[in-house]
Amino acid sequence: MLQRLASPRTGGLLALAAAIVLLPFLLSNSYFYDIAILVGLNAIVCVGLNLLIGYAGQISLGHAGFFGLGAYGSAILASRYGWPPLAAMLTTTLAVAALAFLVGRPILRLKGHYLAMATLGLGIIIFMVITTEDKFTGGPDGLSVVPFSIGEYTLRGERLWYWIVGALLLFAVWLALNLIESPAGRALRALHSSEVGAEVVGIDAARQKVMVFVISAVFASVAGSLAAHYSGFVTPGKVAFFHSIELVTMVVFGGMASTFGAVVGAAVLTTLPQLLTVFKDYEMMVFGAVMMGTMIFLPRGVVPSLGRLLELRRQGAASRSDPRT
Amino acid sequence: MSLLRVQGLTKKFGGLNAVEDLSFDIQTGSVHSIIGPNGAGKTTLLNLLTGVYQPSSGKIAFEEHDLTGRAPHEYASHGIARTFQNLQVFFNMSALENVMVGRYMHERCGLASTLLRGPGLKRAEKTCRDEAAELLRYVGLQDYLSSASDSMPYGALKRLEIARALATKPKMMLLDEPAAGLNPTEALELENLIGRLTERGVTVVLVEHNMRLVMGVSDHILVLDYGRKLAEGPAQSVRNDPKVIEAYLGSSVPHDGSFGKDIAAAVTIGVEMRR
Amino acid sequence: MSAQFMQYLLTGLTVGAIYALLALGFSIIFNASHVINFAQGEFVMIGGMAAVSLTAAGLPYLLAVPLAIAAAALVGLALEKFAVEPARGASVVTLIIITIGASIFLRGLAMLVWDKNLHPLKPFTGDTPIAIGGATILPQSLWVLGVTLAIVLALSWFFGRTLLGKAMLATSHNRLAAELVGINVRMVLFLSFGLSAALGAIAGILIAPITLTSYDVGVMLGLKGFAAAILGGLGSGMGAVVGGLVLGIAETMSAGYLSSAYKDAIAFVIILAVLFFMPSGLFGKRGGERV
Ligand SMILES: Nc1ncnc2c1ncn2[C@@H]1O[C@H](COP(=O)(O)OP(=O)(O)OP(=O)(O)O)[C@@H](O)[C@H]1O
Ligand SMILES: [Mg+2]
Repeated sequence: MLQRLASPRTGGLLALAAAIVLLPFLLSNSYFYDIAILVGLNAIVCVGLNLLIGYAGQISLGHAGFFGLGAYGSAILASRYGWPPLAAMLTTTLAVAALAFLVGRPILRLKGHYLAMATLGLGIIIFMVITTEDKFTGGPDGLSVVPFSIGEYTLRGERLWYWIVGALLLFAVWLALNLIESPAGRALRALHSSEVGAEVVGIDAARQKVMVFVISAVFASVAGSLAAHYSGFVTPGKVAFFHSIELVTMVVFGGMASTFGAVVGAAVLTTLPQLLTVFKDYEMMVFGAVMMGTMIFLPRGVVPSLGRLLELRRQGAASRSDPRT
Repeated sequence: MSLLRVQGLTKKFGGLNAVEDLSFDIQTGSVHSIIGPNGAGKTTLLNLLTGVYQPSSGKIAFEEHDLTGRAPHEYASHGIARTFQNLQVFFNMSALENVMVGRYMHERCGLASTLLRGPGLKRAEKTCRDEAAELLRYVGLQDYLSSASDSMPYGALKRLEIARALATKPKMMLLDEPAAGLNPTEALELENLIGRLTERGVTVVLVEHNMRLVMGVSDHILVLDYGRKLAEGPAQSVRNDPKVIEAYLGSSVPHDGSFGKDIAAAVTIGVEMRR
Repeated sequence: MSAQFMQYLLTGLTVGAIYALLALGFSIIFNASHVINFAQGEFVMIGGMAAVSLTAAGLPYLLAVPLAIAAAALVGLALEKFAVEPARGASVVTLIIITIGASIFLRGLAMLVWDKNLHPLKPFTGDTPIAIGGATILPQSLWVLGVTLAIVLALSWFFGRTLLGKAMLATSHNRLAAELVGINVRMVLFLSFGLSAALGAIAGILIAPITLTSYDVGVMLGLKGFAAAILGGLGSGMGAVVGGLVLGIAETMSAGYLSSAYKDAIAFVIILAVLFFMPSGLFGKRGGERV
């Protein structure tokens, strides 16, 4: 039993749950809650994106597009057409899944930089459509969004949202861990290492890639819908190319192929800009320098690098770092 | 009944015919070796027989099913497994997990039960782990049960690929130069392993330069040269074929087979024959 | 040919030539190092902005232009030395993030050194439009086309005839073999960044009189240049030029005849459409890995 608690899976989930429960003791005002919620929402996107990038080894520089479609889909259906928010969110999620499924097969045939280009292009096209079709989206000015409500009950206030997002993040991490430790998850890691090796044991690599692409798009879309309802406003900024890059950086910063790393990456890089505001005019430069610096000095990401350090300390422990943490 | 039937198979790379108008059959239960000098097209042929390359023309039928033009995973699902000359081990995983991936076709389940981790999946994972460990022992890798694959020596990795291929429960297994880089003891163990594979009912297709191994295990030999069939038949008759000797030694030899003894001598001292 | 079509064609060629210069920069760096340099667009910005500052300080073009190009080339060399070289062997994603980090850093720096405003640069030789077959073309556009043509010719001479050029080409084909025959691969890498940066700066100076320039012109231009390089097929010089021209013309035509709102999206629609059918671009290397 104790062994099980210390396992990366159960232990990690417990640690995350504990962090979510204990954090409010440190959050002294609603501004901090606000940041924590943003961290949670970004972390949900990153956990999904990490399945695609870290585990399956497929780059996407366009995931802000799926986040944006989720946000705008919910916003338009719920606010312009008066749909119940839950129905709007579910419909949007399904539509995004369908879109990811349709474009996934031709896009994921591409490799390396060609894949990067295609996903980048997809993200930019979504961004352009959202900024141009202002009849629906409000264009560059954005759109205000009704609060999330289920039946008569309306979800309001940072504290409530904190618990909702925290629970969903825990759920997302649990789903991701389940996938990784299943035959399908092993298939993803296998095709990351050798696509032909995976194919000849019967893995339909194209299909697996599309599956994980759809899953990651769904995670992003749901987080987008929630973000729209939570903040009461959507703007194209969160759909832009730069946001896609931020998301990828969070994943790589935390550590590729590390689900908890994705959460850490989201936490650090979401709070960083808040801290950097003290640099005022130098903010952009410092942010760029941090991006370069961490990638140069910690190319494997924070969590795997720390894990390796701990492993070295603990010596004697049976084998090397468990790739599933 | 022949297990595999190949007809008029051709693979062109630009102007080069890596495999040209090749036809042959492979019988169930046999060890069928494919030999030939470097660049003869052996690996290309294996790639064609597993769907990794699409043929320029010709047909491939396995158990009477036409598999021409299918994807590699479809070949696998019909019971064809293989290893690679250039290792395709999943270096981001442990040895055990590599073999567990091999059981993918027999273990995969729906997306919902994967994501929600139903009790069925947990049980299946346990079985999968146990059977993978069993296969590692079977190929002689009991020392590597908890090793990361990127820390294993070359010879062990070659056997790891065999274990992974076995995990797919194949009817036919294609081995691309399994003895390359092995020392004589390891090569002997490999010979023994190939023997046990056939006992398991797996038909073996062996591409190999180590003539001692080839002569030791083969029922049937196909000789390729420049992508074409040079000779084919039972092991004994092929080893004395002057055309084969010429292809290997690159010189004209008397066509009375007198050279055959030298080849045989070379074989017995285990010389690898390469052009 | 209608006058309107002619007009779009001329405009498209001008824009396309700029994309081509950027795409060449991407390809040169990619060939030498297998890195996609997402900071390529910042060289365009540095070239343009430096030229603006230097001419404003009273320098004549003949002095300002080479200095601006040199400034960008120096930044390119520094980028290689301090950001790319230390990360050798890192994964594709990691390198993408590093070069994007570099581009954000450079943009932030430019905002400090200069400002956030749009700046004009005086055309090289006046701004009286010249009539060609019912359409008009700015003298500056002729400069763009002429200089691009000259650069393409110079590059093909450089890579085809000079020892250094051949060494760079050899490195791109097989790094190890190049090292074995005594090519200083480190130097080749270093120079390729300098050369690409210079190409970017030239593009930036050429286009600034037509479109104005500012600290953030590099973002979209960089992405379009990347799209052009991919469209042509990564690493192919001819591909880069053709890819750039095709994108420029297609973009101008569709903005003119279809919808100008989606002008910036066209490049990406085209690239997706092409990649769906030709996964290695128009002139990219075919065929998968060997096993
Ligand atoms: N993907 C490819 N593209 C182009 N040419 C190829 C490709 N694969 C193989 N070839 C060529 O086809 C010919 C046959 O190669 P193949 O690898 O099948 O030979 P082989 O018999 O396996 O040789 P070896 O004993 O050295 O492994 C060679 O000339 C090789 O260069
Ligand atoms: Mg071979």
